[in-house]
Amino acid sequence: MPDKIALVDVRKSFPTAKGTLPVIGGVDLTVAEGEFVAIVGPSGCGKTTLLNIVAGFVRPDQGQVTVDGVPRNGPGPDGIVISQRGSVFPWLTVRQNLMFGLNGRRPDKKALADHYAAVVGLTGFEKGYPHELSGGMLKRVELARALVVKPQILLMDEPLAALDALTGRQMRIELLRILAEERHTCLLITHDVEEAIHMADRIIVLSPRPATIQAEFGVPFAHPRDLSSPALVGLKASILREFGL
Amino acid sequence: MLEVVKPKQVLASLAVAACLVAAWWIVVLATDSVIFPTPLQVVRGIFEMARNGTLWAHIGSSLFRVGSGFLLAVVVGVPLGLLMGWVGGAFTMLNPIVQVLRPISPIAWIPIAILWFGVGDLSPIFLIFLSSVFPTIVQTAAAVHSIERHYIWAAENFGVSRYRLFAQVVIPAALPQIIVGLRVSLGVAWLVVVAAEMIALRSGLGYLIIDSRNAGNRYDLVVAGMVIIGLTGLLLDGAMRRLERLKVVRWRYAR
Repeated sequence: MPDKIALVDVRKSFPTAKGTLPVIGGVDLTVAEGEFVAIVGPSGCGKTTLLNIVAGFVRPDQGQVTVDGVPRNGPGPDGIVISQRGSVFPWLTVRQNLMFGLNGRRPDKKALADHYAAVVGLTGFEKGYPHELSGGMLKRVELARALVVKPQILLMDEPLAALDALTGRQMRIELLRILAEERHTCLLITHDVEEAIHMADRIIVLSPRPATIQAEFGVPFAHPRDLSSPALVGLKASILREFGL
Repeated sequence: MLEVVKPKQVLASLAVAACLVAAWWIVVLATDSVIFPTPLQVVRGIFEMARNGTLWAHIGSSLFRVGSGFLLAVVVGVPLGLLMGWVGGAFTMLNPIVQVLRPISPIAWIPIAILWFGVGDLSPIFLIFLSSVFPTIVQTAAAVHSIERHYIWAAENFGVSRYRLFAQVVIPAALPQIIVGLRVSLGVAWLVVVAAEMIALRSGLGYLIIDSRNAGNRYDLVVAGMVIIGLTGLLLDGAMRRLERLKVVRWRYAR
């Protein structure tokens, strides 16, 4: 499969009071079309910065990011970010949020919004406001808002970290179900090794700051995955060993 | 901000008010003051003005001037504040001017107001405009500055036009704080009404107070004017608070 995303020697430092702080120290990575790659790393290692560089919000000091071979110069609807914090607009209703990303005059905005509301299980909540919803429901709104614009790439920055364990688990399964239908290329940033094993085709382990790729693991198991199977338990142990655990 | 007014709290605050009025009454009686009115005289003064219609005329004039001045301040101040909040260059250029003009009391502008607008409705409107336009600008710019970046990023992520970014993200995100700013501005505008109407012709609550003092030491009407200003201010603030219950801004206050 052709490379969808390619990072070549991406480096980034941030100025601080004590001088420049190198955050990303040379990352080379390719993600194939339709592939699901998870990036795990110790907290504060620069995972989020790396994702923001791929999304186009942050420019690398060195190296470059290409999507379909085209250098990334800024954010765009081909790669939508879903973050831990969530950025559903609280002043818009659920339906208005889902329609937000659809630019221009098109008659099918409402139908598309309602379709994806149904896909993520939000039917009946279209007219509600975000502050009337639970954390899990908000996550669904954010996911649906991203799906509506049919992005080629989903960039997820600890999207389920703010949810309780049970809801997070449920959302993982739903996300996998949706991805099986829509076939997005996915980049997932997470500190939850189990989440990565559950969802990804390939897992990248980042080193502590400045982040480089420390190890890479394939996850060649079909969905649905049984997280308690010996193979996955063994994989989890090998990944945790990378963190010295 | 959920406004749950419990009967107990209402009773408590009524009791405090009753104590204050009683203390006022006792002090006036005890000192045999000829000039300072008792609460009863003040209430009689209010009824007298209500009966002969002057009360409503004064309230109407004051509300008209404060309304006009405040509306003008909103029309000028909100767009200017949005511009200063959103465009860094505009902030650097305009903020020093705003910060220098802001602390000048509207009272200091009275001579200039008379020079420019004479002694009519325009002068007080101008003074009220001045009093409320700067808080409006400052609060609106601060509201835009405090928009959380992840909302802006999300909008940019979807590649929306600058117009939609502004209309559907920047303004609604800043609106709850802009409304708080407008509440403060209207409060200041109403606060300035007496000073502004010192140069008014024959109407307005400020005029009532000054005139009652000048024309025969009618301190009952002076205090009556003060009471009416206080009560009207309370009603205005209550009206502004209703704006905070709008669905598009509730999200900010609900937390």
